Amino acid sequence: MNDKHDKLIDKKGIRLDGRKADELRPLKLQVGVLPNADGSAYIEHGKNKILAAAFGPREMHPKHLALADRMVLRCRYHMAPFSVQERKSPAPSRREVELSKVIRESLEPALFLELYPRTGVDVFIEVLQADGGTRCASITAAALAIADAGVPMRDLVVACAAGKVDDTVVLDLHDAEDKLGAADVPVAYMPALNAITLLQMDGILTPDEFQQAVDMAMGGCKKIYEMQKEALKTKYMVVKDVEESEVEE
Amino acid sequence: MSSLITKVRLKQISQHIEKGKRLDERGLHEHRPITIEEGIIEKAEGSARIYLGKTEVLVGVKVETGEPFPDTPNDGVQTVNAELVPLASPNFEPGPPDENSIELARIVDRGLRESHAIDTEKLCIEAGKKVFVVFIDVYVLNHDGNLIDASALAALAALMNTKIPNYEVKDGELKIKQGYTQLPMKSRPITVTVGKINNQLVIDPQYEEEQVMDSRISIAVNEKGNICAVQKGGSGYFTPQQILEASKLAQAKAAELRKKLNW
Repeated sequence: MNDKHDKLIDKKGIRLDGRKADELRPLKLQVGVLPNADGSAYIEHGKNKILAAAFGPREMHPKHLALADRMVLRCRYHMAPFSVQERKSPAPSRREVELSKVIRESLEPALFLELYPRTGVDVFIEVLQADGGTRCASITAAALAIADAGVPMRDLVVACAAGKVDDTVVLDLHDAEDKLGAADVPVAYMPALNAITLLQMDGILTPDEFQQAVDMAMGGCKKIYEMQKEALKTKYMVVKDVEESEVEE
Repeated sequence: MSSLITKVRLKQISQHIEKGKRLDERGLHEHRPITIEEGIIEKAEGSARIYLGKTEVLVGVKVETGEPFPDTPNDGVQTVNAELVPLASPNFEPGPPDENSIELARIVDRGLRESHAIDTEKLCIEAGKKVFVVFIDVYVLNHDGNLIDASALAALAALMNTKIPNYEVKDGELKIKQGYTQLPMKSRPITVTVGKINNQLVIDPQYEEEQVMDSRISIAVNEKGNICAVQKGGSGYFTPQQILEASKLAQAKAAELRKKLNW
């Protein structure tokens, strides 16, 4: 880690992009953006631009991967070669393999896997532009895509990170804060069930700071959760409007 | 991961844990016996083998010279790789690393990296051109659960007995001299994994217990008791209260291990 950087937070407690410590970046959520997918979602979280698509429940391919007693959830987190400053090779990196696994494990608790034996749901996540916190934004979008596909869920999964920057615990780190900050704590959460489904951390935090970061991240999750629900409703409001206008004709 | 354990057995394990008991008579928050042997591979610059109950992990450290990363021209490089070799379990297959071994390697790597275990600044030979690269290879030899804690402990033990050759730089050329120096270290992180089985938090789950485990959380703790890496795994969840309990438990167990191992 590089310790010799300019201050990431000024004397008034304002961050490089003008946010306060507990403020989220601007978010935009859209559902049903890909016609060929059973469900899809698009998220803009700060400068992150991420597409997620869900297919299924459908027959597993290859077939031998199907399980007799439950559904199989598969996730693929992938970054586009042009999503970062230096071109990223399109081949899956070790980081992407790990993130695919933790994203899958963050979504599984929301699904009724045992109700759909022998089937599979595939979730594909493409990061078109990355700006820190892609795994969190990916989870938020992926949960929406699964819901949009009509797969029953215990709750939406929503994710947000907190971290430590210049000795302050802050919400929703952007790229520079992620790279130069002291710690990063991504959290995925199901608010209705009060269940944490993803928790990672790197950096160094005292036990109190760690607790503070987890609490702050959960607070951020709850705000994004409202936007998620709004995005789902908006899609069906549009459908309803179209149907009504057709009836009038 | 497929298992060869009957449903009856799994139910028995789960019911035992609900009552605060375990099949091997351990307490819920008790590690299995730990034995560490150091320096067992002469050809490696550092090595250690750990026995955690019946789980057995060998870590070898090789030190070579290479180029630094462009964004850290003055730092040596640390890389961790994990191999779940097929002789360690009927469920391991030969082939390129799967997501389980990649995750294992990345958890071990993060614990060491984020706590600054290796003093990478002291591994710079020529800024921006040549540095020491520390290859930490985790070799799982027998899988009986809790590979994360076993691998992290073995990796640290191996680093602690890693020697790098003495050298001098003459006209931009690296010249190896006689003798060795200890690999410079700054911190000794200990990773403790807390499993959740039937809503109870358990330490050091063995293989059979892992088959009924909802989820796990691995927490790396440094000497000061600060947290330097966390990873939740498994298809279940934790409540915020359980996270708090798990983090306290991990700190207490890490301190206990540190005392026992004299680290």
